[in-house]
Amino acid sequence: MSDSQESQRTILELRDITKVYQLGGEEIRALDGVSMKISEGEFMSIIGPSGSGKSTLMHILGCLDSPTSGTLNLDGQAIQNATPRQLANIRNRKIGFVFQFFNLLPKLNVLQNVELPMIYSGISARERQERCMNALKMVQLADRRKHRPAELSGGQQQRVAIARALVNNPRIIFADEPTGNLDSHTGELILDLFHNLHAEGRTLVLVTHDPTIAAITPRRIEIRDGKIATNVDRRLAGIEK
Amino acid sequence: MNLWNTIATGFREILAHKFRSLLTMLGIILGVSSLVAMSATVKGMENGLKEALEEAGGLRAIRIEYEDDLPLRQRHLADQATGITMHDVYALQQSAPLARRITPLIEMWGFRRGALARFGGRRTRPYKFAGTWPDVLTIEQHELAYGRMFNAFDDEEARSVCVIGTDVRDDLFGSPEKLGREEIPIGKTITVNSQPLTIIGMFRHYESESFKKRKEALAKENEALIAAGKEPRNPRMRDEFIFRLKNSSIYIPLNTMLLKFRTAVHARAGADAQLTTLKMEIDDAKQLEPALQQARNVLMFTHKGIEDFAFRTREDDAGEITTSISDARRSGGIIAAISLIVGGIGIMNIMLASISERVREIGLRKAVGATTADVFVQILVESTVIAILGGLLGLLTSFGLIQLIENLTPESNAPMLTATPMIIAFACSVTIGVLAGLFPAIKASRLHPIQALRYS
Ligand SMILES: Nc1ncnc2c1ncn2[C@@H]1O[C@H](COP(=O)(O)OP(=O)(O)OP(=O)(O)O)[C@@H](O)[C@H]1O
Ligand SMILES: [Mg+2]
Repeated sequence: MSDSQESQRTILELRDITKVYQLGGEEIRALDGVSMKISEGEFMSIIGPSGSGKSTLMHILGCLDSPTSGTLNLDGQAIQNATPRQLANIRNRKIGFVFQFFNLLPKLNVLQNVELPMIYSGISARERQERCMNALKMVQLADRRKHRPAELSGGQQQRVAIARALVNNPRIIFADEPTGNLDSHTGELILDLFHNLHAEGRTLVLVTHDPTIAAITPRRIEIRDGKIATNVDRRLAGIEK
Repeated sequence: MNLWNTIATGFREILAHKFRSLLTMLGIILGVSSLVAMSATVKGMENGLKEALEEAGGLRAIRIEYEDDLPLRQRHLADQATGITMHDVYALQQSAPLARRITPLIEMWGFRRGALARFGGRRTRPYKFAGTWPDVLTIEQHELAYGRMFNAFDDEEARSVCVIGTDVRDDLFGSPEKLGREEIPIGKTITVNSQPLTIIGMFRHYESESFKKRKEALAKENEALIAAGKEPRNPRMRDEFIFRLKNSSIYIPLNTMLLKFRTAVHARAGADAQLTTLKMEIDDAKQLEPALQQARNVLMFTHKGIEDFAFRTREDDAGEITTSISDARRSGGIIAAISLIVGGIGIMNIMLASISERVREIGLRKAVGATTADVFVQILVESTVIAILGGLLGLLTSFGLIQLIENLTPESNAPMLTATPMIIAFACSVTIGVLAGLFPAIKASRLHPIQALRYS
């Protein structure tokens, strides 16, 4: 055990998480006894084949879904005991989520989409405007703020979704396949963005299929059939730092 | 999330589906406008009837009529029934202190045979030709515009004089509209059933407030039409019956009637003069019951117990008016309530469709931090905004509807818009919007973020 890890505070801790779906009497174990710890400021990726349960895990980590059994501790708070209002508040302030399928609201323009989390945290209109513009500048889309999502390319939509995840200044950012449908150039742009966020000290968790992306993150978890197959931490292995 | 943002979101949602929202509002629009229009119509009806009632002498007038249909147990006494006579008048004057201005009338109604009035080559059949005493002026609430009423001397000497209404003048001498000036035929001699009568007075023209307004509006409209070089409109407009009746009448002294029109009134030679009607007045409508009792006692005595007379008061009519108005109000209210409820169901239906169409949106809002309450309020605000807009449009529509009804109803019953039904209708529509939104709002707010996001 190195000192550097000892000094990092644990922000997320999973213990024996299972998620079971009932489909016509048949049980699907999307997650089967997952336990792990994520420290503050960590940059990690989750890989695994399609249907292995990556998105399910992310949703549980992001307090969007509740596990069938097991406990989840986020920033010292036991999530399984939280009220719906507390959960909404955690999702609003502590977590930024980039969905696998963007999930932008088609009737709102870019600015209004990015603004959405702040509307629910009661931030004044002027501050919302300012912070939206900052977030959009970070993803280099400030000039598209009046466009509707349908008028943007897939990569641009993904960047809007990232801006929305960042805008409320969350401690943890989850991104489900953030580079999934993008060309390599845009993918790099987004990865650069993640590196910057990591450098700012935020905790980042990415889901990806792409081994080359997984290779750049310090920690990598592989999921198979709802179980953690490998858990590689290059800092622990002494490969890095 | 503050309320303004929520309301703005609701408006955006409605504006995004203008046509659908309008269809949704239709039920509310119909409900509100029918409620308001119905109230205005009933109010107009009530006003017209009250005005007519007032014009006919109000609640303080009592009419006693000859009743040839005796009660069954008195049928065998029919040949001894005297009818209403001058003897009754004098007896009432002596012994019924609550009754005032007891006035005998011999009336000939234009509906059956009636009187025929002529002047020059023109002729007319007035609705009413009556011989009476000067007090009839007060009892029937007549006002003279020109000349004078006949007095006790005219009556005593049975002078051949008469007082006429403006419609009689219009028919015999020409109306102001046709002549372009008002003809005042005082001093002219006309004949009624070939008996010459000199006109000594003419009543003012009677018309209801609403009829007057309509006429003025039409005149203005026609002025505009003429200015634009078009044919003026000439719709058939008729005022409430009581006003027409008062305008189309000729009054003469009672004795003149008795002497000059003997055959016409079937006065029995030697017998006490038989009257068709006896009118009187009481000081206070509250004394109606005792006054009726007094008069009844007197008449029972003079008629030797034979009930060949009947009392008519305006109270009977007033009671009927009140019940028919509340009936109209109730049935109109039920219709409006049904369309408001249908409107509410329409809103609920659309809100349910709208949330199942927006499951992803709601899920996303919850994923980025919307609480159950935020989503609940958002949906509720949307349905309320629809209902409020529907209510406002309904109020606008009701103005048009009232305009339409105004052209269909008799002028004296022109609908009258008052604030209360507008407020009630609007409040109802808002309440219904809130109620209709409750169920969809609960349903939407219970959506689980992840189920909503996976839904497609
Ligand atoms: N709502 C649901 N009902 C039933 N089964 C579900 C549901 N959601 C997910 N599953 C199942 O759980 C398993 C894991 O799904 P998940 O979406 O987590 O996979 P994934 O690893 O993200 O796949 P991909 O890489 O294709 O996105 C799959 O077998 C899936 O069919
Ligand atoms: Mg997935």
